[in-house]
Amino acid sequence: MSSKQTGRKNMRRIETTFDKLKAQKKKALIPYIMAGDPDLETTKLLILEIERSGADILELGVPFSDPIADGPTIQMASERAIKSGTNLKKVMALVKNLRKDGLSIPIIIMTYYNIIFQYGIDKFPANAVSSGIDGVIIPDLPPEEASEFLKHSKKPGLDTIFLLAPTSTEDRIKKVVSSAKGFIYYVSMTGITGAKLSNLSTVKSRISEIRQHTGLPVAVGFGISKEEEAKKISGWADGVIVGSALVKIINENSGKRVLFSKVGKFIKSLKGAIAG
Amino acid sequence: MLPDLNGHFGIFGGKFVSETLMPALTELEEVYSKAKKDPAFKEEFEYYLKKYVGRPTSLYFAERLTKHLKGAKIYLKREDLCHTGAHKINNTVGQIILTKRMGKQRVIAETGAGQHGVATATVAAMFGIQCEIYMGTEDMARQALNVFRMKLLGAKVTPVDSGSKTLKDAISEAMRDWTTNVHTTHYVLGSVLGAHPYPMLIRDFQSVIGKEAREQIIEAEGRLPDYLVACVGGGSNAIGLFHPFIADNAVKMIGVEAGGLGIKTGKHAARFADGSTGIFQGTKTYVLQDKDGQVKVTHSVSAGLDYSAVGPEHSYYKEADRISYTYATDKEALSAFSLLSETEGIIPALESAHAVAHVIKLAPTLPKNKVIIMNLSGRGDKDVQHVAQLIGSSKQ
Repeated sequence: MSSKQTGRKNMRRIETTFDKLKAQKKKALIPYIMAGDPDLETTKLLILEIERSGADILELGVPFSDPIADGPTIQMASERAIKSGTNLKKVMALVKNLRKDGLSIPIIIMTYYNIIFQYGIDKFPANAVSSGIDGVIIPDLPPEEASEFLKHSKKPGLDTIFLLAPTSTEDRIKKVVSSAKGFIYYVSMTGITGAKLSNLSTVKSRISEIRQHTGLPVAVGFGISKEEEAKKISGWADGVIVGSALVKIINENSGKRVLFSKVGKFIKSLKGAIAG
Repeated sequence: MLPDLNGHFGIFGGKFVSETLMPALTELEEVYSKAKKDPAFKEEFEYYLKKYVGRPTSLYFAERLTKHLKGAKIYLKREDLCHTGAHKINNTVGQIILTKRMGKQRVIAETGAGQHGVATATVAAMFGIQCEIYMGTEDMARQALNVFRMKLLGAKVTPVDSGSKTLKDAISEAMRDWTTNVHTTHYVLGSVLGAHPYPMLIRDFQSVIGKEAREQIIEAEGRLPDYLVACVGGGSNAIGLFHPFIADNAVKMIGVEAGGLGIKTGKHAARFADGSTGIFQGTKTYVLQDKDGQVKVTHSVSAGLDYSAVGPEHSYYKEADRISYTYATDKEALSAFSLLSETEGIIPALESAHAVAHVIKLAPTLPKNKVIIMNLSGRGDKDVQHVAQLIGSSKQ
């Protein structure tokens, strides 16, 4: 096997993870944390703790000054992370170090388009992949505006994960899934991250609608904070994304010795809940 | 024709919003494109502009200012005479009719100086539609009078205490509300900003300014003007005046940004002097930002110009060299504020005072047979208290 092929194989971490879970009839737990909240050294230890506690994929936020899709919890985390000097380059370097230390779960960067645009959309995908990053979620980059970014992402094999929402029409579902890689991120409600989850019943029917148009796994996020919610959604979806609830625990215990045990416990409880 | 079908002005513009809002933008595009072809819409829009807003606004020859500056003839397009005191209402009348056509029962808006908030609250009251305005807490403090006006008009004013506590944070918060309540709510954006179709439809609604000015100057001078001058925050009053002249290559156009305490201090809102291309609040345009892409906090004495980005169509015309951009500092704007008051008996909005400040620089360099039209985008009643605090003592 040539080194090039080995490289490509490594890059399919997201696909491999979902395939493996499917074979075991399990669902993916996808936690989100904000890189650099409160600082990158803590983030590094948190990522290792989250992997040890059973998370399947990690979504790693890179802060932006004006996060329009996020509620107050992640907005404030973003402000703290910017204050601690966090930027995209440092986050990429962090992931690279973690890979050297043996981190094996897929890492997905979640940030706003301007952050990637300033880094350079021609350079980011290749550099991200060589840092050990597997995918990217950019909430303010719809497929209509993404063609150049997707072109640069194709060769290095960076998965661009697109969002679908309760408001997406059938036409949009078709359009979005045709650009998507890795999995589909279904937004549980019309709202921002961390809002209160209300009508769970529509999530089920929307997931089956999406599945009519794609074979990609479907993960659900926004507003999921409790074990029962995660359990219920894992009955329909391939993955459950938990962000604000975890960011809140990190902030409340920031600087305390119990931080890592509390985060570990929360991840284990969610993983237990979605075990089926 | 700009923008193209995807809302691009060359490399600028577009739709950079979350998936939840994409269908709402499509709906707005469809409703607007239908309305544009519908004579009933045009009739209704023009009816309210005439009977409710008080259009056409006059094009006034500022004779004493002209004499004082000893140069080109200065005409003022009197948007300050519009109902509610600024050009903002041209746009809100158009959007409230679209709201009705979409069958939505609630509108939200952001506001900086409070003029757009007042203009939105006003038309919402007139149409009996529920209204909520987002406003940064710093702006609420310096524009207290407008906060009270919005409340009198029955709107709920929601303070925004995040980030810089000014216009950009108010827009982010309004976008979050829209994302949450998109089924029932229309977002009445106040300037030629944000995702397509906003920059296009707001330009179209504001173009009434330039269409009138064109006829009025031909009537007064028998020819087109040599210069158009307007202040640029988001840029709706400027594009409204400029757009109907864009194909007239002999007409020079100058947009005046907020120079704040000076470009070198970093405390300003001069996007074209110190910014670069970025993606912010739904559109690709010039943005004041750091090397990581974090959007900078701006400063201006005028709340309405205190914004980190600019309408994408302005960025296009800047790169195409069709419109030139300059800035006026806080100090220059304040002395222009006084000069226009004293020479013409017109107290301008602090935003418009930036345009006046540039006219003060430009007019004396031109021969007396040249003609300048300046957009007096709003009146200064809202600013009197703020200015009294800043320059009050020197006026005794």
